[in-house]
Amino acid sequence: MLTVIKNGTVVDPGNVLGDYDIWIEAGRILRVTPRGEASFPGDAEVIDAEGLLVVPGLIDLHVHLREPGEEYKETIETGAHAAAAGGFTAVCAMPNTKPVNDSPEITSFIVKQAKEAGYARVYPVAAITGGLSGGSLCEYGELKKAGAVAISDDGRPVEDGQIMRRAMEYAKGFGMLVISHCEELSLVAGGCMNEGLTATHMGLAGIPNISESLMVIRDISLAELTGAHLHVAHVSTHESIEALREAKKRGVSVTAETGPHYFTLTDDAVKGYDTNAKMNPPLRTERDRQAVREALADGTLDIIATDHAPHSILEKEVEFNRAMNGILGLETSLPLSLALVRDGVLTMEQLVTRMSKKPASILGLNNDLAVGNAADITLIDADAEWTLVASKLHSKSANTPFDGWTMKGRAVRTLVDGKTVFEAANG
Amino acid sequence: MILRNKDILDIESLSAEEIGLILDTAERMREISQRPVKKVPTLRGKTIILFFHEPSTRTKTSFDIAAKRMSADSISMGASSSSMVKGETLADTALTLEAMNPDIIVMRHSSAGAPHMMSKLVKASVINGGDGMHAHPTQSLLDMLTIREKLGTISGKRVAIIGDIAHSRVARSNINGLTKMGASVVVAGPPTMLPFGIERLGCEVAASADAAVEGADVVMMLRIQKERQENFLFSSAREYALNYGMNRERLLRANEGAIVMHPGPMNRGVEISSEIADGPWSVILDQVTNGVAARMALFYLLAGGRDADSD
Repeated sequence: MLTVIKNGTVVDPGNVLGDYDIWIEAGRILRVTPRGEASFPGDAEVIDAEGLLVVPGLIDLHVHLREPGEEYKETIETGAHAAAAGGFTAVCAMPNTKPVNDSPEITSFIVKQAKEAGYARVYPVAAITGGLSGGSLCEYGELKKAGAVAISDDGRPVEDGQIMRRAMEYAKGFGMLVISHCEELSLVAGGCMNEGLTATHMGLAGIPNISESLMVIRDISLAELTGAHLHVAHVSTHESIEALREAKKRGVSVTAETGPHYFTLTDDAVKGYDTNAKMNPPLRTERDRQAVREALADGTLDIIATDHAPHSILEKEVEFNRAMNGILGLETSLPLSLALVRDGVLTMEQLVTRMSKKPASILGLNNDLAVGNAADITLIDADAEWTLVASKLHSKSANTPFDGWTMKGRAVRTLVDGKTVFEAANG
Repeated sequence: MILRNKDILDIESLSAEEIGLILDTAERMREISQRPVKKVPTLRGKTIILFFHEPSTRTKTSFDIAAKRMSADSISMGASSSSMVKGETLADTALTLEAMNPDIIVMRHSSAGAPHMMSKLVKASVINGGDGMHAHPTQSLLDMLTIREKLGTISGKRVAIIGDIAHSRVARSNINGLTKMGASVVVAGPPTMLPFGIERLGCEVAASADAAVEGADVVMMLRIQKERQENFLFSSAREYALNYGMNRERLLRANEGAIVMHPGPMNRGVEISSEIADGPWSVILDQVTNGVAARMALFYLLAGGRDADSD
C-alpha cells in the first residue's frame, strides 16, 4: 500500500528543504520527489499537506511515563498517546518508575508495553545506579541489549564524584549515552522555588542557580577527564549555559537540553502559590530565560526536551512546599517552541534541529526523510490557533501552568512507521 | 468604608486606607477590653474556627479571646486534634470545615501559601494567623496599632527591625505594612539571615545592629530560633547577643522616646536583655493587649461587614 504526503513544505535541515512529496510504502520512505513532479498510482492513499510543514518526527529525549508503578498519573499508553498528539514520534522514558528501571526486565517491560500501545516509540532510559541510590552501577551492557538507549538517575544527581566518573567510563565501553541530572543537593537545602525576589516575597525557601551550575561544571570536568560523552538534562540557568558554552569551545563532548517552560516562563508564574508552576530545576528569572533563548539560538543548548512529568491532584493540590515537582510537556512543547520562531529567536530549520534532528543524532539515530528510513513524520500547522484545556489533554494528568492559554501552532498528524498514530480533529 | 476582600491573607493585599480603617476600628475595640464586663453581642451567632496547624499559644489565645469578647462562637482545632494527622489533605480539611458553615476561619500553618489555598476553597473569610515564612498580617496590624498608640502616628517614623529577617513572617508583613503607612524601615541581622533581594522590598539594610538603631523611633526585635544554629545561620547565642541583641548601650543610639517591640515569645539574654524587655521603653505587653483589639476589629469588619461608624 502506497501513501503519499503531497503539497507540503518539507523542513528537514541537512537533508531536504522545500516543496516535496513523500512516498511511503511498508512503513518506510520510498521516494522524496519535488512537488507534483512524479505522478503516483491512482490507488495510493493521499495525505494532503497543503499549507502544512512536513518534518522528521519530533523526538523528546526526556519524559516520565510513570509505568510501572504510578499508573494513576500516566501509563506508557497514555503517555505515548500524548506524545503522538504533541507531534512526537519517539520519546525517552526516564527510569524513576516504581520499581526503578535498573534491570533488563523492567526495560523489556517498557519496550513491550510501548509496542502494544502503538503510538509514539518509547526508548527506555535506564538508571545509572541501582535504585537511583547513587551507589552501585547498573549492568549497562545488559540494559542496552534489552533496549535502553541511555542511562540517567534523573530526578536525583549522582552525588559522589567518583561513582559518576566510573559510570561515565563504564558506560563508554558500551557506547551508552549518559544523561546527567545536575543538582548539588547541599545547596538546595530544602528550597522549593527559585531563589530570588519572588521567593523572598512569598516566604518560600529558594534554590540558588549555582546548585545547578556547580554540578554542570563537575560533570563537564568528568566528561573531559573520561572522554565520555555527557548530555546535561533540563538546563535552567545562565551560569550553566556559560559553563557549557566554554566547554564546547574547548571541544568537550557535551550536549544539553532545556525545556519549553524555561524559555517561556519565569518564577513570576509561581505567584499565588501555583503548584503547577513548581518543577525541578525551578523556573528562574528573566535573565536566565533570555540566556536560555540565546543558547538555543547559538546551539549551546542543543535540544528542546520537555521533562514531561505527570502528577495527579494528590501530589499537586497540596501546600506549595509539599507539592511534587514537575509539569506536563508533551502536548505544549511544539506550540511553545514555535513561538521562538515567531519571536525571531530560531529559524524554522533550527527549531526542527532542536526538536528532531539533534535529539536523533544524540541517540545515534538517522531520521532523515530519506529513502529507506522509517516513515516517522510530523505534519505541523504552524498557524493554527487553539486554546489549551488541561482536562482535555491526552495525558492522564492535567498539571500544566498553561491551562487556558491561547496556543499557536500544533501537530495535525503524526506518523510512526508510516502509520498515522495521531490526527487532529478539525478546528 | 468596608474591606474589599473577604480574606486577610497578607498585608500586601490591604490598601493604606484599609489598614487605617482596621486600626481605627481596633482603637474602639480596645475600650471593650477595659470594661468590667468585657463582652459585646455584636457577633452573636457567628462561628469562628481557629485552625492552628502549627503550635501556638499566644496567637491562638488572642484570637480566641477576641472572638469571645465579640460573642462569636469560637472553636479550636489543632493539627493533633484534626484529621490531618490521619492523612487528610488540606484541601479535604478545607471542604470539611466549609461544610459546617463557619463565618471566619483563622488559620496558622507551617507552609507558606496554605491560607491562600484555603481561601480559594471556602466561602468563609480566612484570616492568616501566620503561614510559614510568608506573612503574619495580624501581628503587623497589632504592631502598627501599638506604634500609633505610643507615638501618635506611623508616618515619618523610623523603624529598625533586627534579627532573622529571612525566616520571619513578622518582618515581611511589617516591612510591607509600615512602609505602606509612611514609615521608613531599616533592617539588620547576620547576612545569613537576610533574604535574597531584601533591599528591593522597600527597606534599607544596615551594616550592623548599631547602625540600624541609630536614629530609630521604634526598635523591633525578632525572636531568634535556636534550631537555626543547626542550619549554620549563626555560631552561638553568645555571639548573637553581643552583636545583634538589644541592650541599654545599643538602645542609646535610638531617638529619645524610642520604643522597643518584640512579637514574643522572647529569648531573654539572646535577642533582648531583661533590662530592655522590662524597662520603660518596652511596649511588649501593650502589643499583646493590642493584639486582642486588632483581632476583634478584623472579626467585626469581616463578619459584621460594616465599619464602626455605621453601627
